[in-house]
Amino acid sequence: MALSTAELEFPAETTPSDSPAPTPPPAPQFESWGRYPRHNARVIPLNWRSDFPAAIAGMQDSVLPVGMGRSYGDVCLLKDGILLQTTGTDRLIAFDPATGILTAEAGISLAQVLDFAVPRGFFLPVTPGTKYVTLGGAIANDIHGKNHHVAGTFGCHVTQFELVRSDGSRRLCSLNENPEWFAATIGGMGLTGFIPWASLRLIPIVSRAIDVEYTQFHGIDEFLALTQRYAHATYTVSWVDVTSTGRNFARGVFMSGEHATVPGELKPSPEPRLTFPFDAPAFALNRFSVAAFNTLFFHKQIHAHKSLVQDYEPYFYPLDAVLHWNRLYGKRGLLQFQYVIPWEHAREGTIAILREVAKSGLASFLAVLKAFGDIPSPGLMSFPKPGITLALDFPIKPGKSFPLFDRLADMTLEFGGRLYPAKDAAMTAAQFQTFYPQWPRLARMRDPLITSSFWERVTGDTHNV
Amino acid sequence: MSTLAPPSPETSSATAALTKLTRKILVLGATSGIAEATCRIWASQGAQLFLVARNPEKLEAVAADLRARGAAYVGTAVADLDDTDRHADLLSHAINSLTGMDVAYLAHGILGDQPQAEQDFNHAAQIIHTNFVAPVSLLTWLANFCVQRHAGTLAVISSVAGDRGRKSNYVYGASKAGLSAFLGGLRNRIDREGVNVLTIKPGPVKTAMTAGMKGSEKFADPNKVAASIVKAIDSKADNLYVPAIWQPIMFVIRNIPDRIFKKLNL
Repeated sequence: MALSTAELEFPAETTPSDSPAPTPPPAPQFESWGRYPRHNARVIPLNWRSDFPAAIAGMQDSVLPVGMGRSYGDVCLLKDGILLQTTGTDRLIAFDPATGILTAEAGISLAQVLDFAVPRGFFLPVTPGTKYVTLGGAIANDIHGKNHHVAGTFGCHVTQFELVRSDGSRRLCSLNENPEWFAATIGGMGLTGFIPWASLRLIPIVSRAIDVEYTQFHGIDEFLALTQRYAHATYTVSWVDVTSTGRNFARGVFMSGEHATVPGELKPSPEPRLTFPFDAPAFALNRFSVAAFNTLFFHKQIHAHKSLVQDYEPYFYPLDAVLHWNRLYGKRGLLQFQYVIPWEHAREGTIAILREVAKSGLASFLAVLKAFGDIPSPGLMSFPKPGITLALDFPIKPGKSFPLFDRLADMTLEFGGRLYPAKDAAMTAAQFQTFYPQWPRLARMRDPLITSSFWERVTGDTHNV
Repeated sequence: MSTLAPPSPETSSATAALTKLTRKILVLGATSGIAEATCRIWASQGAQLFLVARNPEKLEAVAADLRARGAAYVGTAVADLDDTDRHADLLSHAINSLTGMDVAYLAHGILGDQPQAEQDFNHAAQIIHTNFVAPVSLLTWLANFCVQRHAGTLAVISSVAGDRGRKSNYVYGASKAGLSAFLGGLRNRIDREGVNVLTIKPGPVKTAMTAGMKGSEKFADPNKVAASIVKAIDSKADNLYVPAIWQPIMFVIRNIPDRIFKKLNL
């Protein structure tokens, strides 16, 4: 089981030669969103708060609690182990409209939270780009959203939760109670124990609508100027074209948003109707199709600036409208790359990495650029810190994607940044341990029965199978 | 909320909304996957619910969820429904707590273990007791309660497995076939008394009962099944195959001659 770091850098499918990739193995029962890597694991559902550790009594295998599998890489996978699927623990426990605090079982999805909260005039305090993640997963990865610069991470709004260890011990965790467990579990990638329930402080809204402003920019300096101008906007995020070079290098659209202040309807969202029906062929995404898409997106707005009112669904979750959109990347799957580089090197680092990506010609749609704020994350291992973050998707191309990824990870390191474990399938143990020098503290607090393929990869720790 | 919005269908049919608001529903086997999903819909409509289940911890978790979702009242009782001697006390206590009853929803049942039931009569008898004998006891009491008042709905979860015995689960199937036949006769007797009897025949549904079964990831979504059940109760339907595709499938399966059927692996 022990893998050397050298093997980890170049997984079998991606030897730098141009030999065709071997046929991927049949789909395992549980895939991560990037559909890479693929590992077989047994899946045991947890349907009740009391199911852990009862459901694994007497078992010797390592386990990992997982939610909806929307992490891109392998933080939600455990090769040859047992995945404890928590989505059946999705009950509400209490809601106090006076404080906005919702207490629920941690397998509830953010979509279910919204279905409950929006008609009552409440919204998530922080939301990622998909609502199909669980409350527990949002805590375990200490996710962030378009309002990071004013609201911090998801964990900043979690008032308390319970943590159950495989030895059956239970801890109530908050800033005041068991604060070291609170910190280790937020962003702790599920490794500290099972979270049966958590309390989250929701924010009030009076309408589903978001007042949105779109502004075109050309280059990183214009992006930085817009970031300053909109420093007090609630939501800010930019789409950046990472395929263009020369005059169009780092062109993009800066999008800011505010919850509408005019009372509007608060009905629940309809069910999504579209499902991406099949795995797209490997050639579907290439530098020409993606460049065409990016040019269309950039010019969709004729004016350099426009304002509009949008429903929160298309504003926050444009890709949720098509279930299984990851199939667009074909059977080989996709790699995500997301860094944060601190302000000191944010400008030069971002320019250098964008140049490297454009030069590689490896297509990426929808690269997302954002400035993180300085609200400290409560988690020991939380990803966000003040600076610029960029998220890219790459289709996995044999012999190309992983070497590029490795170069980008090293550049991130040089600029003092770090990568996001929830989106990672490729960083090396050495890179991880430099990005997160505090990792031994999490290692000490990890539940001895819980591990993940990610954790084994970046720490060299392997479970006994 | 918008002042210019046209009146929504809910407000225009205020009577229907009022009926739903005050509706009193007794749920037996409330921690089963299908029952819980159904109760969430009723709770969001503001119904009054009385829940019966065997495990107190699970029952309390379900009850708290339904209260948070907006149920006007949630009462609970812990009971093992196999114990038919307790049924009369349990049902009268539940109906007293609800101060009446518009719908009784019977959702408890066990899948059992077919290979074990083939070898061990006691296990077969257990399946038949839980899935058939116990509901007969409950329905006898409930039917007479409703007949006295000339009102009420008895909604009972049977199964497509009761439509024809198959080698893979014929003991479970036999218990559900008995239940379906009982319900058919009961409907024939009490429909004319103003009491509605709904036989619900789900195909395989993605719940704790079916977890780990082959192909379970393709089973029906319990929330969609629940929505169909709520609709069938509201429309006073007699039978419900859910998902609906099971109606033609079971029509075909029922009509395969035994000389062919006995050779199939179903």
